[in-house]
Amino acid sequence: MERKHLPSIEIAEPDLSGITIKSVQEIDTMREAGQVVATTIELLMASIQPGMKTRELDAIASREIKRLGALPAFKGYRGFPATICVSLNQEIVHGIPGDLIIRDGDVVSMDVGAIVDGYFSDSAVTVGVGNVTHEAEQLIEATRLSLEKGIEQATVGKRVGDIGAAVQRYAEAQGYGVVREYVGHGVGRALHEEPSIPNYGDPGKGPLLRAGMVIAIEPMLNLGTWQTRALDDGWTVETADGKISAHYEHTLAITEEGPEVLTARNGSVR
Amino acid sequence: MAKKEAIEVEGTVTEALPNAVFRVELANGHMVLGHISGKMRMHFIRVLPGDRVLVELSPYDLTRGRVTFRFR
Repeated sequence: MERKHLPSIEIAEPDLSGITIKSVQEIDTMREAGQVVATTIELLMASIQPGMKTRELDAIASREIKRLGALPAFKGYRGFPATICVSLNQEIVHGIPGDLIIRDGDVVSMDVGAIVDGYFSDSAVTVGVGNVTHEAEQLIEATRLSLEKGIEQATVGKRVGDIGAAVQRYAEAQGYGVVREYVGHGVGRALHEEPSIPNYGDPGKGPLLRAGMVIAIEPMLNLGTWQTRALDDGWTVETADGKISAHYEHTLAITEEGPEVLTARNGSVR
Repeated sequence: MAKKEAIEVEGTVTEALPNAVFRVELANGHMVLGHISGKMRMHFIRVLPGDRVLVELSPYDLTRGRVTFRFR
């Protein structure tokens, strides 16, 4: 068919990525949710001690989130039975709080999420309880710093691959395994939105970062292999080789002025 | 809370089915159905029984996947 006489029509390309851009008001609400998470994590870090059951941490978090007028984000998410995730030693993420007793020398990661007015925020820390080994201490510190490396890349005009590449480069240079199968994510009116934010990748690749995107970056670093295995409880993920793992996470908004960490504790990224 | 990503695994094509669907035997012995990713259709990469391929599985349905790469 002859087509050259047809008028040309400009059709805006629809955004099929599923990535949502948040307004200033939406980010304000997410900051509130982020500060509920930050306050709860501070309380957990101050409360944790040897001899405690992991479910006691869950109870503390549950009370605190309620006291601050928010809702827990994980409870009931795909059937998750608790307020927070507590993952010990070789457990990487999604540990279910229960009767496990925290002992001196344990590496404990705590992942907390809260909802304010329908908006989510999500953050995690790892703490060494009592006298931890030197290598565990180093792993925890490297995981925290790898998150900072990732956050530095979360600026307008960069791509998701820049974040992953920065985390991966920093972690692998020190010989740690970077978990592949579990990733960071967009955050908003749902706990997990597009895009996925892997902790590995190639600079300059992946979705473009734009002002108004809110994402959670969450490196999971292992002392040994990056490979994982899931436990029969349907949730807990641990390292395939049984070596210890650490996990840090922040929810942040990408703004023209740079990344704003919504889950910052005391205004600090630590 | 971390999001579970699609999993990429290696396998060998055992049978070509209609509509560019293949039966693939994974390294762990599982058999899955894999359809060809759009990119591979665009670049007209032929996949034949016996080829080693990369299959992307969804954590929600581990019996189906996308064939995303053919090894040379």
